[in-house]
Amino acid sequence: MTTVLSIGQATCQTSKPLAAQREYAVRPAPRGVARTDKMAVDLNDKKALNILMRQKLFAVATSRDVAAFEELFRYYGPRVRAYMAKLCRDGQLAEELMQETMVAVWNKAALYSPDKGNVSTWIFTIARNQRIDHWRKANRPDFDPNDPAFVPAEITPADAAFDMNEDADRLHRAMETLPPEQLELLKLSFFEEASHGSISEKLGLPLGTVKSRIRLAFAKLRTALEDRS
Amino acid sequence: MSIVHHLEEDILLDHAAGTLAEGFSLAVATHLAICPACRERYAMIEGTGGALLEDIEPATDTDASWQSLRTRIAGAPLPTAKPARRGSAGGSAPILPEPLRSYVGSDVDAIHWKAMPGAAQFIIQTRDGRAVARLLRIPAGKPVPEHTHRGMEMTLVLSGAFSDEDGTFTRGDIEIADGSLTHQPVATDDADCICLAVTEAPLKFKSWIVRLFQPVLGI
Repeated sequence: MTTVLSIGQATCQTSKPLAAQREYAVRPAPRGVARTDKMAVDLNDKKALNILMRQKLFAVATSRDVAAFEELFRYYGPRVRAYMAKLCRDGQLAEELMQETMVAVWNKAALYSPDKGNVSTWIFTIARNQRIDHWRKANRPDFDPNDPAFVPAEITPADAAFDMNEDADRLHRAMETLPPEQLELLKLSFFEEASHGSISEKLGLPLGTVKSRIRLAFAKLRTALEDRS
Repeated sequence: MSIVHHLEEDILLDHAAGTLAEGFSLAVATHLAICPACRERYAMIEGTGGALLEDIEPATDTDASWQSLRTRIAGAPLPTAKPARRGSAGGSAPILPEPLRSYVGSDVDAIHWKAMPGAAQFIIQTRDGRAVARLLRIPAGKPVPEHTHRGMEMTLVLSGAFSDEDGTFTRGDIEIADGSLTHQPVATDDADCICLAVTEAPLKFKSWIVRLFQPVLGI
């Protein structure tokens, strides 16, 4: 496989002089056919990013495509490792938990479906469950859409899938407009594993204030998502 | 019958972030299984976690990592699909939705209830033990047994209904109470009420004397 991937290595692209622009050079060369399909993905374009990652994950699921997996790995691996490192100073442990997470991504690729969120969200949940398993010594209970007692939503999953990658971009832009103290609260929750109760202690804020900030933040994000034009 | 009493964002966030004790997460996940409205709100909250992961400052040294992972997946056997666990193979939908049914080990008809004053209970084992999760079966028309509130308590109705100052709770409704709330739920007259009740684990005292008197002191 001769997939060249330059994400994270800041390959300069002259046509779009965006600082955060990275170039994805994907060259699947099946059976010696020299093709150079270049696909540039702006890492700020979460829609394009998630669509691309969905394609890679699909290739892993259907044909155990190592080259596609390498691209997933080179994007998510360093991020998952950074996420693990938020809870420990032990770099080796963070690396180990990241590897466990990415092995699970490889193994469970066929189990991914759009009802689990976009690819970034799905990988986040796998990493989070690794953290719960390792640090909290707890199991993670989750609902099962195939359970006969499960109550499905009235909208079809196809509708949800259609909007999902669009939503990734919209959600992301909405998050950038959140007041700093609200965004900080979300980061504390997701990264430092702080419950809203312990955040209130940590920041010396009344519990009611923390709760109302959380509600305000998500109300704002929901408005942004509902505002589909 | 639709669900009236839902989960609020702060609890959904703690579930998405993985900070809730396992017992509380069990109640949240079981509510989500039967409440599409909360599931939709939850999807966005979990999506926020995905978005934050995209934006995190990535670690470096990817090459060495990749070489080591590549070796691991090359040697790994292909995973085989696990058959789905089913607690009840009957025709009608089970009373206990997943993930609760797997935690209990069966649907309600096969539970070995243990008698307690005024009700029957079944303690559900969790790995972290940070919260105590139990199924309660309260006889029709009877009050929920007296219990002290220490910290948070979540009650999810699975069958039948109960009423208290906050209204009537039927299947899927979830009530979250903290120490400040005094309530006396009573099962409605038509049927026994089966609910999942989760409370924070009681404080553990080092002194055996205090432990001995804990039930008497009510702490």
